[in-house]
Amino acid sequence: MPLTFYGKTFASRLLIGTALYPSPTIMQSAIRASAAEIVTVSLRREAAGGKTGDAFWNLIRELDVTVLPNTAGCRSVREAVTTAKLARELFGTSWIKLEVIADNDTLQPDVVGLVEAASILIKDGFEVFPYCTEDLSVAMRLVDAGCKVVMPWAAPIGSARGIINPDALKLLRDRLPDVSLVVDAGLGAPSHAARALELGYDAVLLNTAIARAADPVAMAKAFRAGVEAGRTAFEAGLMEARDFASPSTPVVGTPFWHAVS
Amino acid sequence: MRVIINGEEREIPSMSVAALLGELDYEGTHFAVAVNYDVLPRSRWAETHLKAGDEIEIITPRQGG
Repeated sequence: MPLTFYGKTFASRLLIGTALYPSPTIMQSAIRASAAEIVTVSLRREAAGGKTGDAFWNLIRELDVTVLPNTAGCRSVREAVTTAKLARELFGTSWIKLEVIADNDTLQPDVVGLVEAASILIKDGFEVFPYCTEDLSVAMRLVDAGCKVVMPWAAPIGSARGIINPDALKLLRDRLPDVSLVVDAGLGAPSHAARALELGYDAVLLNTAIARAADPVAMAKAFRAGVEAGRTAFEAGLMEARDFASPSTPVVGTPFWHAVS
Repeated sequence: MRVIINGEEREIPSMSVAALLGELDYEGTHFAVAVNYDVLPRSRWAETHLKAGDEIEIITPRQGG
């Protein structure tokens, strides 16, 4: 089964951010090396006479990828909704990675505001990718509002801690089998990404772990491999963990069997 | 007329959004505009008149995660 978001199908299960790279050239090379087909972008104020936005946008267009704009930095429903509408006007897409942030230090999503903003935007025709916590009730409210994708964090943005609460993420997967689930934020290593895919998550979204690596292009390749390994393992069917040993080498025909009692 | 552009109060002679963008030398093609939290499609920039105290946001694509 290929990855599907709002009716669009993708081969890669790695979504990648465009921020924090050492240079624009390294950003382009890392995105190409990751084989990601979806990249996240943001919107910011442009100074009078400025052309920063144009320069960045030309780099992205050269990559021939699907753009997922975010509402990063928004702290209220009103800000997030307006930013989403600006993004739709600017990028010509109804896709929006919806972020409503509650707290400066943890960048914890404001899940109450998130559900409200998602409802408003979906009624206005948006296809919403909400960045949320791993709380099941919040995810269910987002689905009720019309979200076909839900993106719980692994850990706080940029923290590189990996999946802090695997039991809750597993519960989300079990309870929402028909929703596209993406682990977004907090992944630090390809093994973290592999684990998300092993849990049955449809994809992962990350930025800092690749952009801030000593060699972002090599790290992009490593994450690509981690995501592919995790997905293949999930499809292959992982065995259940057990408490005691079980010999892998056949016991029958063991030499000197019972020779010592 | 005094308005707020990207969070800063300014005195401007322009009466429409299109004129304001020209006055401020926004030459790039990739930006979007909101006035008082209402997003203005490009097709309405010429016809939209500004009034004192309007809050205008002019935004462009940027790096994001």
